[in-house]
Amino acid sequence: MELRKAYVAEMARLMKQNDKIFILDADLSGAGGTKTLYQQFPERCVQCGIAEANMTCIAAGLSASGFVPFIHSFAPFSTRRVYDQIAVSISYSEQNVKIVGFDPGIETTYNGGTHMCFEDFALMRALPNFVVMDIVDDVQLTKALPHIAQHQGSVYFRMVRKQNKQFFGEDYNFQWGKADKICSGSDVTIVATGTTVFDAKVAVEKLAQVGISAELLAIHTVKPLDEQAILQSAQKTGIVVTVENHSVHGGLYSAVCELLSAKHPTLCGAIAVHDQISQVGSLNDLKIAYHLTADDIASKAQQLVQAKRG
Amino acid sequence: MTAKNFSTEIRRATLRCLHSQGSGHVGGSLSVADALAVLYTHHMDVDPQNPKRPQRDMLVLSKGHAGPAWYATLALKGFFPMDWLDTLNKIGTKLPSHANLTLTPGVDMTAGSLGQGLSCACGLALGLKAQGDTSHFVYVITGDGELQEGQNWEGAMFASHHKLDNVVVLVDNNKLQIDGETQNVCKMEDLEAKFRAFGFETTRVDGHDHQALHQAICNAKVRNGVPHCIVMDTVKGKGVSIYEQMGASNHSTTVNDEQYALALSELQ
Repeated sequence: MELRKAYVAEMARLMKQNDKIFILDADLSGAGGTKTLYQQFPERCVQCGIAEANMTCIAAGLSASGFVPFIHSFAPFSTRRVYDQIAVSISYSEQNVKIVGFDPGIETTYNGGTHMCFEDFALMRALPNFVVMDIVDDVQLTKALPHIAQHQGSVYFRMVRKQNKQFFGEDYNFQWGKADKICSGSDVTIVATGTTVFDAKVAVEKLAQVGISAELLAIHTVKPLDEQAILQSAQKTGIVVTVENHSVHGGLYSAVCELLSAKHPTLCGAIAVHDQISQVGSLNDLKIAYHLTADDIASKAQQLVQAKRG
Repeated sequence: MTAKNFSTEIRRATLRCLHSQGSGHVGGSLSVADALAVLYTHHMDVDPQNPKRPQRDMLVLSKGHAGPAWYATLALKGFFPMDWLDTLNKIGTKLPSHANLTLTPGVDMTAGSLGQGLSCACGLALGLKAQGDTSHFVYVITGDGELQEGQNWEGAMFASHHKLDNVVVLVDNNKLQIDGETQNVCKMEDLEAKFRAFGFETTRVDGHDHQALHQAICNAKVRNGVPHCIVMDTVKGKGVSIYEQMGASNHSTTVNDEQYALALSELQ
């Protein structure tokens, strides 16, 4: 199921349970899918128009009144465009606002360039009182949303509106703040977040074909990081490769390196956007352009494993 | 206490607060003291013993740098002890230069990064409506220079579109900002006309005339489906001659022992 459909279905359920939840949009209720909630909950769905700064602060005001607002826009406009509003009125003010970033990084494809945000993890990780998440599929989203709504504090989560490939089975056990071990391995740890887990999983299979045993950790929460899971795996394999649809600066690679350098220095490679500007293109072409393919992941892992083996 | 006496007490306590630090945002704190006196004497339904009571009037001091005047007002109303005023900007204080809702009893919204207050007030006003509270208001005090921030007009548009008639904007129109006179820095033309164009009902008063201000606020509290704006003509540094004469440079300036003594002698 498309993430936006899963999102609306679960939000409708949560809004029935919890009359404190508000939905706020900035002219993307149709694109993001929340429009259908306006008929069901007219008193708690607020159209703000094309005014993201205003929407962000309205959410802060609602939160200060005890409500739980969810605000929505494309990832660049729900984070970097309104960063000071988030920093002052939400983070510094210790409010409880849930910020949704649609179509992060290369997933924005033909709206790339202006709408392509490689910085949202970096920005949002730097703010106190924020949990930062990257959602993979409808199963994970549906299971994460009740936790996001209940969490006493602000959450930023990014998701690809039209992503309809299922990664997790229906029996997926979402655990707040915990990494998901997709498969065990002994030679290299691959730590992937968001929709990159699909290619990371393909990379694991490719590595198996050349005799490399890779362990795959899927990270839905970039901050706070599941330190224990990453450290345990790094201690076992001795090599880590991070995979993210984000700049190499300030995102998952940074978070993992910050952890490893302090607690278990480990060789760590990055599959990420390396200081390149954004552009338009198909998803596949963008993956190739930014070196985010399954082959890129596998060859980076293979290169590090071979270097270590000498 | 009458609003007139109260405003003098607010100015004296504001300068005590600033003097404890030796300097701060003097001009804009003194210009807004009368509005605070009138609001807290005649209008704000708040409980110093229970500052977060859900059913209450709320104030967003969008020109957050006037925090010392708000702190003086709140201390005088009994929200916290007067000696807190001597802790301004000291490490661990509950009274930072710019107001913060997590720190100070009676502060309903953080402000300081200019231009966000009206938007936050819209959120508070939606919250009141969602709670079915039809008797309370959200007051927003903005600076005039602050209205150069475009987000104010996003907030104004929203307040009008969503018929937030529980929002009352008071513009502290002291006509000065850090770099000089607002009309020279970046002129804003007719503020009333601007707010009217965004769907507000507006009025303009002498912001130091308590009776006129009180009446204007009473008129603004008519629930007629539109938000209200009161443009208050004020003098930056009002009430203390040395600061009034300083002009734009009174925005952030010293309150040394000599200046403090002189100010207190004038504020009787």
